[in-house]
Amino acid sequence: MPALDRPVVKPRPVYLNLLAIRQPLPAVISILHRVSGALLFLLGIPVLLWGMDATLSSPEAFAQWKATMSHPIAKLLLLLLAWSYIHHLLAGIRHLVLDVHVGIDLQSARRSASIVFIVALILTALVAVRLW
Amino acid sequence: MVTPGIKDVAGAHYGWRDWLSQRVTAVVMAIYTLMLLVIALWTGGLDYAVWKSVFANSAFRIASFIFMLSVFLHAWVGVRNITMDYIKPTAIRLIVQIAVICALVAYTGWTIQVLWGAR
Repeated sequence: MPALDRPVVKPRPVYLNLLAIRQPLPAVISILHRVSGALLFLLGIPVLLWGMDATLSSPEAFAQWKATMSHPIAKLLLLLLAWSYIHHLLAGIRHLVLDVHVGIDLQSARRSASIVFIVALILTALVAVRLW
Repeated sequence: MVTPGIKDVAGAHYGWRDWLSQRVTAVVMAIYTLMLLVIALWTGGLDYAVWKSVFANSAFRIASFIFMLSVFLHAWVGVRNITMDYIKPTAIRLIVQIAVICALVAYTGWTIQVLWGAR
């Protein structure tokens, strides 16, 4: 078919509403990598330093920290940070593997994305078991 | 010999540097995380005495310091990318970036204090 006879404008979405588009799994993994990274910066680093400072200062402060972190909301915060760290680490390893051109075809990329997603959830569940 | 092309005129090459430092720091953090897991499994339950003795080791303190510096550099590259993507007004973006740098420098001081501070 001659190029001029083809419709120039195809019926595609003309806007990019992130809530209306169904994202493929690698895209979900990618945005979760960014979300988890932001969480680790905003909450993870301060909590880590605060925790190291408190737990290393004295036996009393160590016990106090343990008591503070046994509160259900504190445990949920720790669990969120644990998921963030685990997901970010696994998705990051996937990125490094993709960087050396391993598993870059669509099927492999989808499979590794679902592996990252599921393994991160399983490891987070193990942390949850340890916390409660 | 490679002669400089026209595209080199505007390039500061910090994109390549950021790309590489993001990956080098990631590998450092991954190795430290594995090491920490091994130590945790080796020592079993963590009470105050065990925890304190782990940090009494100079090699562990230095490894922890390198880990924390990697975290901060990695965070800077990542957060900078996020601000460049989502914060369009230049003034606000610069203010946020400066706040992030200040926080990371302060965290570095806090880290040194925690690891080597007199108690």
